[in-house]
Amino acid sequence: MHPTFSVIFLTTLIGVGQGLFLALFTEQSYASVNLLPGQPGAFYVTGSLIALAFLLGGLVAAIGHLGKPSYMVTRAWRGITQWRTSWLSRELILLPLVMFLIFLYLLFHYLGWEANPFGTTGVSGQLTLILGGITTVMVFALFICTAMIYASVRFLQEWACALTVSNYILLGGASGFTLATAYAAWAAPELVGFYAGWAIIITVLGLLSRGLHLIRNARLKGKSTLQSAIGVRHNRIEQKAMGMMGGSYNTREYFHGKSAAFLKSIKWIFLLLLFPLPLLLLWAGMDGNKGMLLLAFIMQYVGLLFERWFFFAQANHPQNLYYQTI
Amino acid sequence: MTQLALVIDLNVCVGCHACVTSCKQWNTSGAAGPLFDDRPYGENPTGTFFNRVQTYEIGQFPNTETLHFPKSCLHCEDPPCVPVCPTGASYKRAEDGIVLVDYDKCIGCKYCSWACPYGAREFDEQQKVMKKCTLCVDRIYDETLPEAERKPACVLACPTSARLFGDVHDSESEVSVAIRENGGYPLMPEWGTKPSNHYLPRRKTRHKIHKDELLRVDNPLKKEDIRHEIRDNVSLDDWLM
Repeated sequence: MHPTFSVIFLTTLIGVGQGLFLALFTEQSYASVNLLPGQPGAFYVTGSLIALAFLLGGLVAAIGHLGKPSYMVTRAWRGITQWRTSWLSRELILLPLVMFLIFLYLLFHYLGWEANPFGTTGVSGQLTLILGGITTVMVFALFICTAMIYASVRFLQEWACALTVSNYILLGGASGFTLATAYAAWAAPELVGFYAGWAIIITVLGLLSRGLHLIRNARLKGKSTLQSAIGVRHNRIEQKAMGMMGGSYNTREYFHGKSAAFLKSIKWIFLLLLFPLPLLLLWAGMDGNKGMLLLAFIMQYVGLLFERWFFFAQANHPQNLYYQTI
Repeated sequence: MTQLALVIDLNVCVGCHACVTSCKQWNTSGAAGPLFDDRPYGENPTGTFFNRVQTYEIGQFPNTETLHFPKSCLHCEDPPCVPVCPTGASYKRAEDGIVLVDYDKCIGCKYCSWACPYGAREFDEQQKVMKKCTLCVDRIYDETLPEAERKPACVLACPTSARLFGDVHDSESEVSVAIRENGGYPLMPEWGTKPSNHYLPRRKTRHKIHKDELLRVDNPLKKEDIRHEIRDNVSLDDWLM
């Protein structure tokens, strides 16, 4: 497939935002049972604000994927109607919903609403914990929707597997926790070790999942052949004309247009930027080195951009059989 | 239930592209607006078409065969492009099975084109919506046209009648009979999309002639030879002599 930057930015930015929220709420739930020192509301407010900024960035990037930006106003609302069948529609519903819930989470912390609907059980901040719990479920649902948009297209065999879903969750989570580590270096230095630990664990899990996905895809065999595409049983079929000379949508949309060597180099770049380098920097920055941790996040995010580019470029659409540019 | 579809006879298609040009002409002139054409007389012309004719060479010289292969939307009975549409712009009509795009609802996200294994959908770079073959839905029901002309433009244009149009759910329709009796097949059956359009294969007319068909056994001119050489295993022919 031809990688589009709007979708690359959309999926990576909202992944960071979702991951950062999960990191914030993980801290709050740990703190609620006194496993971690409790943080003032400002910690969650600023953190949620950063998460919202990333989600908003993703939403803006998504506009670039529409035919016209104006469709966002005039037509995109229809996207909520097909949730029964379309994962894209489900994502379109969940993304604003998650943003709204995170905004509420931010607002409740900002206003310091401390209602305890379950009474005085020793756990404080029950209102925000309930809200955060609901938001967490929705964040995971959003991860699944985003991934299923790709994993549900059975013709793109590179995408159509459960590893696509685990990749989106783990890589989004890893980038969010790495950002949380960097954020903690500024806002709550005592949490750096906690966040860095989780960021390392999730990044390693992400490496495992993405590595398995790469291995799986390397052994993938196309289900369709030129023989089944045109229905002629002969081992030697050669296309002589595509039906046009100057290219068409079919020759532009479904192929990355780069060489195999280019693709391979992108793979190694993302493997390096996404996993070992941030892991090293996270480990080195455990003592609260702000620059090191910020660099870890930036590196991982750039790696994520490469990873997403590769994810799209690697998918080989069966329609390419009719357009033998590949 | 009706399922309108095309049956394309690859045995007769000569690859003249008349179906392509007539399709473009009809569908660029309709109420839905023009089909995009960029640099039509320039170096790299490109544009939106509903139908393309491709050419394949089968085999190796000198045993080659040229196959002209018209490709358009197959109006699948289980169209994978329809459920993925987030806005409901892509739909399959219940009454006649035509898969259509509502250009006023399409947001141009291109997701449906990813979900079509045949590459049948083409994005209109001017109108910024997804487009595809409509089976000339604005023509086949037009009662102001003479009945014989209520067919898709490509079918009417084909000089060799390689394109048949009709209801593939009606077992006695011209298209169903053609599929049944002439080995009609769907494209990429492995995906289970159940394409309604079918293709009729290239067919060879071969006549096997046996030796005894060239040499008449009971040729009266050989009468005398037989009389002289009566073999041990006497046959009916010998008795007749």
